[in-house]
Amino acid sequence: MERILVVLPHPDDEAFGLSGTLAKHIKNGAHVTYACLTLGEMGRNMGNPPFATRVTLPSIRKKELEESCRAIGIQDLRLLGFHDKTIEFEDQELLDGKIDAIIQEIHPTMIFTFYPGYSVHPDHDACGAAVVRTVARIPKAERPPVYCLAFAKNLEQGIGRPDVFHDVKDFLPQKIKSILAHRSQFQVAELLNYDEQITKEIQDRFGTERFWTYPFQ
Amino acid sequence: MQLINQEDVQRRIDNLKDQEVYIHLEMTTGAYAAHFDSSKHPAANFITNAVIRFSHGSISGNGPYRVGLKMGQGWVYSEGLTHYEETETERLIMAGHDSQGKLIVSLQLSRQPF
Repeated sequence: MERILVVLPHPDDEAFGLSGTLAKHIKNGAHVTYACLTLGEMGRNMGNPPFATRVTLPSIRKKELEESCRAIGIQDLRLLGFHDKTIEFEDQELLDGKIDAIIQEIHPTMIFTFYPGYSVHPDHDACGAAVVRTVARIPKAERPPVYCLAFAKNLEQGIGRPDVFHDVKDFLPQKIKSILAHRSQFQVAELLNYDEQITKEIQDRFGTERFWTYPFQ
Repeated sequence: MQLINQEDVQRRIDNLKDQEVYIHLEMTTGAYAAHFDSSKHPAANFITNAVIRFSHGSISGNGPYRVGLKMGQGWVYSEGLTHYEETETERLIMAGHDSQGKLIVSLQLSRQPF
């Protein structure tokens, strides 16, 4: 049985790039643990028109994340309690230690995170860097593969093309529910009038997820 | 949140003066500003749960609004505020949202930490 560990910094980081892949693995019997580092409490999106405030945003985003996880079928959600926008400044020992403790507990057969340096948001890069540092300490023979999300503009020059593709067309209902769960964060043009019909437009836009396998030395 | 009612906000500012209060002050273009438009310069700052005491404070403008708080040795200033949380009884929660509803600026005061 696959044991999957997902480490991402913000509620909603799972929705666009990874939720279909997770739903697919879960359908095939995988157990997923999602360690979400923060509650995204510094997000700028408050709903449109705004229904969240700086004060209510963390609890609203926590509920949205739980709803997204239910839609995907994620069995184990862990909220690690770090503060949004601060991951790159955190005590690395503390950060790596929390990630390592989960790895030691669940012995994942694969890990998903962001590709450090190619994921645009400083929290994404710092989260990926922490996962890579932690996994690099595991003896090579026992090291699970780390599949990375990335979306920087300079991707191809830096890390080439993605090497893992998942066709998630059969899992678009789950994926769209995951995206729509984050209602304070996203107003997605293609999904404004979504009525459970998977159109060709939705398939083209959301039907494939792509990852870079991290090249450990 | 509702659009700022200037008189109500002024009353709330006055209720918090001459005492130690926790402040959250923030301004941000968003972490993705330059990713979406390379001509943009991404910038953000926030300070949260610093303790201040102000002796005079007021809200001015015609919307978006400005707030200035005069402290013993300095000032707190914020421009671009559009909304406040009218259901708060003790705290003052204000923010400025752009035309898409995204937060650009916020100023919050409370007797308890945020």
